[in-house]
Amino acid sequence: MPNLTQTQFRMLAAAVLIFGAGWMGISTSLPGGTDTPGIPAPKAGFLAPDFTLATLEGESISLSDLRGKAVIVNVWASWCGPCRAEMPALEAVYREYAGEDLVLLAVNAANQDNLNQAAAFVEELRLTFPVLLDEAGQVQRLYQVSALPSTFFIRPDGTIMEVVFGGPMAEALLRTRVEMLLQEAE
Amino acid sequence: MFPYLNLFGAAIAVSPLLILVGLWFGSWLAEKRAAEHGIRAELIYNLMMIGLAAFVIGGRLSYAAQHLNAFTADPLSLISRNFGLFDPFGGAVAAALAVLIYGQGKEIRFWAALDAFTPLFAVLMAVIPAANLATGDAFGAPSSLPWAIELWGEYRHPVQIYEAIAAGGILYLVWSGRMWKTGEPGGFLFLRFTAASALARLIFEGLRGSSPIGLFNIRLYQLAAWAVLAASLVLLDRMRASVNTTE
Repeated sequence: MPNLTQTQFRMLAAAVLIFGAGWMGISTSLPGGTDTPGIPAPKAGFLAPDFTLATLEGESISLSDLRGKAVIVNVWASWCGPCRAEMPALEAVYREYAGEDLVLLAVNAANQDNLNQAAAFVEELRLTFPVLLDEAGQVQRLYQVSALPSTFFIRPDGTIMEVVFGGPMAEALLRTRVEMLLQEAE
Repeated sequence: MFPYLNLFGAAIAVSPLLILVGLWFGSWLAEKRAAEHGIRAELIYNLMMIGLAAFVIGGRLSYAAQHLNAFTADPLSLISRNFGLFDPFGGAVAAALAVLIYGQGKEIRFWAALDAFTPLFAVLMAVIPAANLATGDAFGAPSSLPWAIELWGEYRHPVQIYEAIAAGGILYLVWSGRMWKTGEPGGFLFLRFTAASALARLIFEGLRGSSPIGLFNIRLYQLAAWAVLAASLVLLDRMRASVNTTE
Protein backbone atom coordinates (compact mmCIF):
# COMPACT_ATOMS: atom_id res chain seq x y z
CA MET A 1 0.00 0.00 0.00
CA PRO A 2 1.42 3.43 -0.92
CA ASN A 3 1.82 5.71 2.12
CA LEU A 4 -0.53 8.62 1.52
CA THR A 5 -0.93 11.57 3.83
CA GLN A 6 -4.43 12.27 5.13
CA THR A 7 -4.80 15.16 2.66
CA GLN A 8 -3.61 13.04 -0.28
CA PHE A 9 -6.03 10.28 0.71
CA ARG A 10 -8.95 12.71 0.89
CA MET A 11 -8.09 14.20 -2.51
CA LEU A 12 -7.85 10.72 -4.03
CA ALA A 13 -11.16 9.68 -2.42
CA ALA A 14 -12.88 12.84 -3.71
CA ALA A 15 -11.48 12.26 -7.22
CA VAL A 16 -12.72 8.64 -7.21
CA LEU A 17 -16.20 9.70 -6.06
CA ILE A 18 -16.41 12.49 -8.65
CA PHE A 19 -15.29 10.07 -11.38
CA GLY A 20 -17.90 7.56 -10.15
CA ALA A 21 -20.68 10.13 -10.18
CA GLY A 22 -19.62 11.28 -13.66
CA TRP A 23 -19.59 7.72 -15.03
CA MET A 24 -23.00 7.11 -13.45
CA GLY A 25 -24.28 10.18 -15.34
CA ILE A 26 -22.72 9.04 -18.64
CA SER A 27 -24.19 5.55 -18.12
CA THR A 28 -27.73 6.93 -18.14
CA SER A 29 -27.44 7.49 -21.90
CA LEU A 30 -25.87 4.08 -22.63
CA PRO A 31 -28.18 1.23 -23.61
CA GLY A 32 -29.26 -0.62 -20.49
CA GLY A 33 -32.07 -2.15 -18.55
CA THR A 34 -34.03 -5.17 -19.59
CA ASP A 35 -35.80 -3.06 -22.16
CA THR A 36 -35.26 -5.41 -25.09
CA PRO A 37 -38.43 -5.11 -27.13
CA GLY A 38 -38.76 -7.32 -30.13
CA ILE A 39 -35.79 -9.58 -29.42
CA PRO A 40 -37.04 -13.13 -28.96
CA ALA A 41 -34.88 -15.06 -26.50
CA PRO A 42 -35.59 -17.65 -23.81
CA LYS A 43 -34.61 -15.28 -21.00
CA ALA A 44 -36.50 -13.20 -18.44
CA GLY A 45 -37.24 -9.74 -19.86
CA PHE A 46 -37.14 -10.87 -23.50
CA LEU A 47 -39.95 -11.69 -25.90
CA ALA A 48 -40.94 -15.37 -25.68
CA PRO A 49 -40.03 -17.01 -29.03
CA ASP A 50 -43.16 -17.87 -30.98
CA PHE A 51 -44.04 -21.45 -31.94
CA THR A 52 -46.92 -23.43 -33.37
CA LEU A 53 -47.48 -27.05 -32.34
CA ALA A 54 -50.23 -29.64 -32.55
CA THR A 55 -51.90 -31.01 -29.42
CA LEU A 56 -52.38 -34.70 -28.64
CA GLU A 57 -55.87 -34.30 -30.13
CA GLY A 58 -54.48 -32.75 -33.34
CA GLU A 59 -55.52 -29.15 -32.69
CA SER A 60 -52.93 -26.49 -33.62
CA ILE A 61 -51.91 -23.85 -31.04
CA SER A 62 -49.63 -20.83 -31.59
CA LEU A 63 -48.09 -18.96 -28.68
CA SER A 64 -48.61 -15.61 -30.43
CA ASP A 65 -52.39 -16.24 -30.49
CA LEU A 66 -52.39 -16.22 -26.70
CA ARG A 67 -51.18 -12.60 -26.37
CA GLY A 68 -53.16 -10.87 -23.61
CA LYS A 69 -53.16 -13.98 -21.43
CA ALA A 70 -50.67 -15.22 -18.87
CA VAL A 71 -49.01 -18.35 -20.25
CA ILE A 72 -47.01 -21.14 -18.61
CA VAL A 73 -44.95 -23.27 -21.01
CA ASN A 74 -43.77 -26.48 -19.36
CA VAL A 75 -41.42 -28.71 -21.38
CA TRP A 76 -41.55 -32.33 -20.21
CA ALA A 77 -41.12 -35.99 -21.11
CA SER A 78 -42.84 -39.07 -19.72
CA TRP A 79 -39.53 -40.79 -18.82
CA CYS A 80 -38.38 -37.78 -16.77
CA GLY A 81 -39.00 -38.33 -13.04
CA PRO A 82 -39.13 -34.66 -11.94
CA CYS A 83 -41.50 -33.89 -14.88
CA ARG A 84 -43.89 -36.61 -13.71
CA ALA A 85 -43.56 -35.47 -10.09
CA GLU A 86 -44.58 -31.87 -10.81
CA MET A 87 -47.52 -32.63 -13.13
CA PRO A 88 -50.08 -33.04 -10.30
CA ALA A 89 -49.08 -29.61 -8.94
CA LEU A 90 -49.44 -28.09 -12.42
CA GLU A 91 -52.88 -29.67 -12.80
CA ALA A 92 -54.00 -28.53 -9.32
CA VAL A 93 -52.95 -24.94 -9.94
CA TYR A 94 -54.41 -24.95 -13.48
CA ARG A 95 -57.80 -26.09 -12.12
CA GLU A 96 -57.65 -23.58 -9.28
CA TYR A 97 -57.16 -20.67 -11.69
CA ALA A 98 -59.44 -22.04 -14.44
CA GLY A 99 -61.62 -18.91 -14.46
CA GLU A 100 -58.66 -16.56 -14.93
CA ASP A 101 -56.76 -15.46 -18.04
CA LEU A 102 -54.21 -18.23 -17.62
CA VAL A 103 -53.11 -20.79 -20.21
CA LEU A 104 -50.87 -23.74 -19.44
CA LEU A 105 -49.12 -25.43 -22.36
CA ALA A 106 -47.43 -28.74 -21.52
CA VAL A 107 -44.95 -29.21 -24.38
CA ASN A 108 -43.98 -32.85 -24.62
CA ALA A 109 -40.41 -33.34 -25.87
CA ALA A 110 -41.84 -35.85 -28.37
CA ASN A 111 -38.56 -36.16 -30.30
CA GLN A 112 -37.08 -37.89 -27.24
CA ASP A 113 -40.23 -39.51 -25.84
CA ASN A 114 -42.57 -42.38 -26.65
CA LEU A 115 -45.93 -41.03 -27.80
CA ASN A 116 -47.92 -43.94 -26.34
CA GLN A 117 -46.26 -43.59 -22.95
CA ALA A 118 -46.79 -39.82 -22.97
CA ALA A 119 -50.48 -40.24 -23.86
CA ALA A 120 -50.91 -42.95 -21.18
CA PHE A 121 -49.36 -40.63 -18.57
CA VAL A 122 -51.70 -37.78 -19.55
CA GLU A 123 -54.64 -40.19 -19.29
CA GLU A 124 -53.47 -41.61 -15.96
CA LEU A 125 -53.24 -38.15 -14.35
CA ARG A 126 -56.33 -36.89 -16.20
CA LEU A 127 -54.53 -33.73 -17.22
CA THR A 128 -56.96 -31.09 -18.47
CA PHE A 129 -54.52 -28.57 -19.96
CA PRO A 130 -53.36 -28.77 -23.60
CA VAL A 131 -50.47 -31.16 -24.23
CA LEU A 132 -48.46 -30.14 -27.30
CA LEU A 133 -46.14 -32.44 -29.22
CA ASP A 134 -42.68 -31.04 -30.02
CA GLU A 135 -41.87 -33.74 -32.54
CA ALA A 136 -39.09 -31.83 -34.35
CA GLY A 137 -37.59 -30.39 -31.14
CA GLN A 138 -38.50 -26.87 -32.36
CA VAL A 139 -39.48 -25.50 -28.94
CA GLN A 140 -36.51 -27.18 -27.23
CA ARG A 141 -34.15 -25.41 -29.68
CA LEU A 142 -35.90 -22.03 -29.54
CA TYR A 143 -36.02 -22.10 -25.73
CA GLN A 144 -32.51 -23.61 -25.37
CA VAL A 145 -33.89 -26.37 -23.16
CA SER A 146 -30.90 -28.21 -21.69
CA ALA A 147 -32.70 -29.93 -18.80
CA LEU A 148 -36.15 -31.39 -18.28
CA PRO A 149 -38.48 -30.17 -17.00
CA SER A 150 -38.07 -26.50 -18.01
CA THR A 151 -40.82 -23.99 -17.32
CA PHE A 152 -41.31 -20.52 -18.81
CA PHE A 153 -43.69 -18.02 -17.19
CA ILE A 154 -44.86 -15.61 -19.89
CA ARG A 155 -46.58 -12.28 -19.25
CA PRO A 156 -49.70 -11.20 -21.16
CA ASP A 157 -47.50 -8.82 -23.24
CA GLY A 158 -45.52 -11.83 -24.50
CA THR A 159 -42.33 -11.23 -22.51
CA ILE A 160 -40.85 -13.87 -20.24
CA MET A 161 -41.21 -13.16 -16.52
CA GLU A 162 -39.17 -16.09 -15.23
CA VAL A 163 -37.54 -19.32 -16.33
CA VAL A 164 -37.33 -22.35 -14.02
CA PHE A 165 -34.92 -25.06 -15.14
CA GLY A 166 -35.31 -28.42 -13.44
CA GLY A 167 -37.92 -29.64 -11.03
CA PRO A 168 -40.13 -30.74 -9.53
CA MET A 169 -41.67 -27.31 -8.87
CA ALA A 170 -43.50 -26.98 -5.59
CA GLU A 171 -47.16 -25.95 -5.66
CA ALA A 172 -46.28 -22.81 -3.70
CA LEU A 173 -43.81 -21.78 -6.42
CA LEU A 174 -46.46 -22.23 -9.10
CA ARG A 175 -49.08 -20.34 -7.08
CA THR A 176 -46.82 -17.37 -6.37
CA ARG A 177 -45.76 -17.12 -10.02
CA VAL A 178 -49.33 -17.42 -11.31
CA GLU A 179 -50.43 -14.71 -8.86
CA MET A 180 -47.60 -12.46 -10.09
CA LEU A 181 -48.53 -13.08 -13.73
CA LEU A 182 -52.21 -12.39 -13.12
CA GLN A 183 -51.44 -9.24 -11.15
CA GLU A 184 -49.47 -7.95 -14.14
CA ALA A 185 -52.40 -8.79 -16.39
CA GLU A 186 -54.75 -6.53 -14.39
CA MET B 1 -23.24 -20.41 -21.97
CA PHE B 2 -23.22 -23.73 -20.14
CA PRO B 3 -25.98 -23.72 -17.48
CA TYR B 4 -25.89 -27.50 -16.97
CA LEU B 5 -23.22 -30.16 -16.78
CA ASN B 6 -24.40 -33.56 -17.91
CA LEU B 7 -22.59 -36.02 -15.64
CA PHE B 8 -23.48 -39.71 -15.69
CA GLY B 9 -26.93 -38.92 -17.06
CA ALA B 10 -27.72 -36.30 -14.40
CA ALA B 11 -28.05 -32.59 -15.23
CA ILE B 12 -26.12 -30.58 -12.65
CA ALA B 13 -26.70 -26.82 -12.50
CA VAL B 14 -23.32 -25.08 -12.95
CA SER B 15 -24.19 -21.84 -11.14
CA PRO B 16 -24.87 -23.22 -7.62
CA LEU B 17 -21.99 -25.66 -8.11
CA LEU B 18 -19.56 -22.79 -8.78
CA ILE B 19 -20.85 -20.87 -5.76
CA LEU B 20 -20.44 -23.93 -3.51
CA VAL B 21 -16.87 -24.43 -4.76
CA GLY B 22 -16.25 -20.69 -4.17
CA LEU B 23 -17.59 -20.96 -0.61
CA TRP B 24 -15.34 -23.91 0.11
CA PHE B 25 -12.23 -22.36 -1.45
CA GLY B 26 -12.88 -18.92 0.06
CA SER B 27 -13.41 -20.28 3.56
CA TRP B 28 -10.21 -22.35 3.19
CA LEU B 29 -8.29 -19.16 2.30
CA ALA B 30 -9.95 -17.25 5.15
CA GLU B 31 -9.03 -19.97 7.67
CA LYS B 32 -5.39 -19.83 6.50
CA ARG B 33 -5.14 -16.12 7.23
CA ALA B 34 -7.46 -15.92 10.28
CA ALA B 35 -4.62 -15.94 12.82
CA GLU B 36 -3.08 -12.79 11.26
CA HIS B 37 -6.28 -10.99 12.27
CA GLY B 38 -6.28 -12.45 15.78
CA ILE B 39 -9.09 -14.95 15.11
CA ARG B 40 -8.91 -18.72 15.58
CA ALA B 41 -9.41 -20.68 12.35
CA GLU B 42 -12.22 -22.85 13.78
CA LEU B 43 -14.22 -19.72 14.60
CA ILE B 44 -14.14 -18.80 10.90
CA TYR B 45 -15.59 -22.21 10.05
CA ASN B 46 -18.25 -21.93 12.78
CA LEU B 47 -19.25 -18.41 11.74
CA MET B 48 -19.53 -19.48 8.11
CA MET B 49 -21.64 -22.54 8.85
CA ILE B 50 -23.93 -20.60 11.22
CA GLY B 51 -24.27 -17.80 8.68
CA LEU B 52 -24.99 -20.24 5.86
CA ALA B 53 -27.63 -22.15 7.85
CA ALA B 54 -29.31 -18.91 8.93
CA PHE B 55 -29.20 -17.63 5.32
CA VAL B 56 -30.93 -20.73 3.96
CA ILE B 57 -33.56 -21.05 6.72
CA GLY B 58 -34.12 -17.30 7.09
CA GLY B 59 -34.46 -16.81 3.34
CA ARG B 60 -37.10 -19.54 3.04
CA LEU B 61 -39.07 -18.42 6.11
CA SER B 62 -38.99 -14.80 4.99
CA TYR B 63 -40.32 -15.81 1.56
CA ALA B 64 -43.04 -17.98 3.15
CA ALA B 65 -44.09 -15.12 5.43
CA GLN B 66 -44.54 -12.90 2.36
CA HIS B 67 -46.61 -15.54 0.52
CA LEU B 68 -48.57 -17.11 3.37
CA ASN B 69 -51.53 -18.18 1.21
CA ALA B 70 -49.40 -20.23 -1.16
CA PHE B 71 -47.65 -22.00 1.71
CA THR B 72 -50.83 -22.56 3.71
CA ALA B 73 -52.30 -24.39 0.70
CA ASP B 74 -49.17 -26.55 0.41
CA PRO B 75 -47.10 -26.50 3.64
CA LEU B 76 -44.64 -29.09 2.29
CA SER B 77 -43.38 -26.42 -0.12
CA LEU B 78 -41.53 -25.03 2.90
CA ILE B 79 -38.92 -27.77 2.49
CA SER B 80 -38.88 -27.87 -1.33
CA ARG B 81 -35.55 -27.55 -3.17
CA ASN B 82 -36.88 -24.75 -5.42
CA PHE B 83 -34.50 -21.76 -5.42
CA GLY B 84 -37.43 -19.59 -6.52
CA LEU B 85 -39.05 -19.87 -3.09
CA PHE B 86 -36.34 -17.83 -1.43
CA ASP B 87 -35.90 -14.24 -0.28
CA PRO B 88 -32.15 -13.43 -0.49
CA PHE B 89 -32.56 -10.17 1.46
CA GLY B 90 -34.39 -11.93 4.31
CA GLY B 91 -31.71 -14.65 4.25
CA ALA B 92 -28.92 -12.06 4.43
CA VAL B 93 -30.58 -10.30 7.40
CA ALA B 94 -31.01 -13.64 9.22
CA ALA B 95 -27.37 -14.61 8.50
CA ALA B 96 -26.06 -11.24 9.69
CA LEU B 97 -28.09 -11.49 12.92
CA ALA B 98 -26.99 -15.08 13.60
CA VAL B 99 -23.33 -14.26 12.94
CA LEU B 100 -23.51 -11.13 15.13
CA ILE B 101 -25.11 -13.03 18.02
CA TYR B 102 -22.60 -15.89 17.78
CA GLY B 103 -19.71 -13.45 17.37
CA GLN B 104 -20.74 -11.45 20.44
CA GLY B 105 -21.07 -14.65 22.48
CA LYS B 106 -17.52 -15.64 21.50
CA GLU B 107 -16.29 -12.04 21.94
CA ILE B 108 -15.03 -11.85 18.35
CA ARG B 109 -13.97 -8.33 17.35
CA PHE B 110 -16.27 -7.03 14.59
CA TRP B 111 -13.72 -5.40 12.27
CA ALA B 112 -11.14 -8.15 12.77
CA ALA B 113 -13.76 -10.74 11.80
CA LEU B 114 -14.62 -8.80 8.62
CA ASP B 115 -10.91 -8.61 7.74
CA ALA B 116 -10.55 -12.34 8.33
CA PHE B 117 -13.53 -13.08 6.07
CA THR B 118 -12.30 -10.78 3.27
CA PRO B 119 -10.57 -13.58 1.28
CA LEU B 120 -13.91 -15.46 1.25
CA PHE B 121 -15.79 -12.36 0.09
CA ALA B 122 -13.12 -11.76 -2.58
CA VAL B 123 -13.44 -15.32 -3.93
CA LEU B 124 -17.25 -15.02 -4.03
CA MET B 125 -16.99 -11.72 -5.93
CA ALA B 126 -14.94 -13.56 -8.58
CA VAL B 127 -17.13 -16.67 -8.68
CA ILE B 128 -20.50 -14.91 -8.99
CA PRO B 129 -19.72 -13.34 -12.43
CA ALA B 130 -18.48 -16.76 -13.59
CA ALA B 131 -21.79 -18.27 -12.44
CA ASN B 132 -23.63 -15.49 -14.29
CA LEU B 133 -21.65 -16.26 -17.44
CA ALA B 134 -22.68 -19.91 -17.15
CA THR B 135 -26.38 -19.03 -16.98
CA GLY B 136 -26.26 -15.94 -19.22
CA ASP B 137 -27.49 -13.72 -16.37
CA ALA B 138 -26.30 -10.16 -15.69
CA PHE B 139 -25.48 -9.86 -19.41
CA GLY B 140 -23.83 -6.91 -21.14
CA ALA B 141 -25.20 -4.15 -23.34
CA PRO B 142 -25.07 -4.58 -27.14
CA SER B 143 -21.57 -3.93 -28.48
CA SER B 144 -19.67 -4.07 -31.77
CA LEU B 145 -16.26 -4.51 -30.12
CA PRO B 146 -14.19 -7.40 -31.52
CA TRP B 147 -14.37 -9.30 -28.22
CA ALA B 148 -18.17 -8.98 -27.89
CA ILE B 149 -19.94 -12.29 -27.24
CA GLU B 150 -23.18 -13.44 -28.84
CA LEU B 151 -25.83 -13.75 -26.18
CA TRP B 152 -29.62 -13.45 -26.24
CA GLY B 153 -29.89 -12.43 -29.86
CA GLU B 154 -27.15 -9.73 -29.89
CA TYR B 155 -23.39 -9.26 -29.74
CA ARG B 156 -22.79 -7.95 -26.21
CA HIS B 157 -20.10 -6.72 -23.83
CA PRO B 158 -18.82 -9.77 -21.93
CA VAL B 159 -19.50 -7.90 -18.67
CA GLN B 160 -19.37 -11.10 -16.63
CA ILE B 161 -15.79 -11.65 -17.85
CA TYR B 162 -14.81 -8.01 -17.13
CA GLU B 163 -16.21 -8.39 -13.61
CA ALA B 164 -14.50 -11.74 -13.03
CA ILE B 165 -11.12 -10.32 -14.18
CA ALA B 166 -11.50 -7.26 -11.91
CA ALA B 167 -12.56 -9.44 -8.97
CA GLY B 168 -9.64 -11.79 -9.69
CA GLY B 169 -7.26 -8.80 -9.53
CA ILE B 170 -8.79 -7.66 -6.24
CA LEU B 171 -8.50 -11.22 -4.85
CA TYR B 172 -4.80 -11.19 -5.82
CA LEU B 173 -4.29 -7.87 -3.98
CA VAL B 174 -6.10 -9.24 -0.90
CA TRP B 175 -4.21 -12.54 -0.84
CA SER B 176 -0.77 -11.18 -1.71
CA GLY B 177 -0.88 -8.75 1.20
CA ARG B 178 -0.76 -5.66 -1.04
CA MET B 179 -4.05 -4.42 0.40
CA TRP B 180 -3.12 -4.71 4.05
CA LYS B 181 -0.07 -4.20 6.22
CA THR B 182 0.52 -6.48 9.22
CA GLY B 183 -0.17 -4.55 12.40
CA GLU B 184 -2.82 -2.27 10.90
CA PRO B 185 -5.96 -2.01 13.06
CA GLY B 186 -9.00 -4.14 12.16
CA GLY B 187 -11.22 -2.99 9.31
CA PHE B 188 -8.63 -1.60 6.90
CA LEU B 189 -8.45 -4.69 4.70
CA PHE B 190 -12.22 -5.13 4.54
CA LEU B 191 -12.89 -1.47 3.77
CA ARG B 192 -10.21 -1.30 1.04
CA PHE B 193 -11.65 -4.49 -0.48
CA THR B 194 -15.19 -3.07 -0.30
CA ALA B 195 -14.10 0.22 -1.89
CA ALA B 196 -12.25 -1.58 -4.72
CA SER B 197 -15.14 -3.98 -5.37
CA ALA B 198 -17.71 -1.18 -5.31
CA LEU B 199 -15.62 0.84 -7.79
CA ALA B 200 -15.38 -2.16 -10.12
CA ARG B 201 -19.13 -2.67 -9.89
CA LEU B 202 -19.79 1.02 -10.52
CA ILE B 203 -17.69 0.92 -13.69
CA PHE B 204 -18.93 -2.35 -15.19
CA GLU B 205 -22.59 -1.85 -14.26
CA GLY B 206 -22.56 0.95 -16.85
CA LEU B 207 -21.85 -1.63 -19.56
CA ARG B 208 -24.62 -4.01 -18.50
CA GLY B 209 -27.70 -4.60 -20.57
CA SER B 210 -29.81 -5.83 -17.68
CA SER B 211 -29.56 -3.04 -15.11
CA PRO B 212 -32.67 -2.08 -13.17
CA ILE B 213 -33.28 1.57 -14.00
CA GLY B 214 -34.55 4.19 -11.52
CA LEU B 215 -35.38 7.88 -11.51
CA PHE B 216 -33.59 10.03 -14.16
CA ASN B 217 -32.51 6.81 -15.95
CA ILE B 218 -29.96 6.07 -13.23
CA ARG B 219 -28.89 2.44 -12.96
CA LEU B 220 -29.88 1.42 -9.42
CA TYR B 221 -26.96 -0.96 -8.83
CA GLN B 222 -24.56 1.80 -9.87
CA LEU B 223 -26.16 4.12 -7.33
CA ALA B 224 -25.86 1.43 -4.63
CA ALA B 225 -22.21 0.79 -5.60
CA TRP B 226 -21.45 4.53 -5.41
CA ALA B 227 -23.05 4.71 -1.93
CA VAL B 228 -20.98 1.70 -0.74
CA LEU B 229 -17.84 3.24 -2.24
CA ALA B 230 -18.50 6.57 -0.50
CA ALA B 231 -19.26 4.89 2.86
CA SER B 232 -16.08 2.76 2.62
CA LEU B 233 -13.92 5.78 1.82
CA VAL B 234 -15.43 7.86 4.65
CA LEU B 235 -14.89 5.03 7.16
CA LEU B 236 -11.34 4.51 5.90
CA ASP B 237 -10.67 8.25 6.29
CA ARG B 238 -11.94 8.17 9.88
CA MET B 239 -9.87 5.11 10.73
CA ARG B 240 -6.76 6.68 9.23
CA ALA B 241 -7.40 9.87 11.20
CA SER B 242 -7.82 7.94 14.46
CA VAL B 243 -4.62 5.92 13.79
CA ASN B 244 -2.70 9.17 13.05
CA THR B 245 -4.04 10.75 16.27
CA THR B 246 -3.01 7.68 18.31
CA GLU B 247 0.49 7.76 16.77
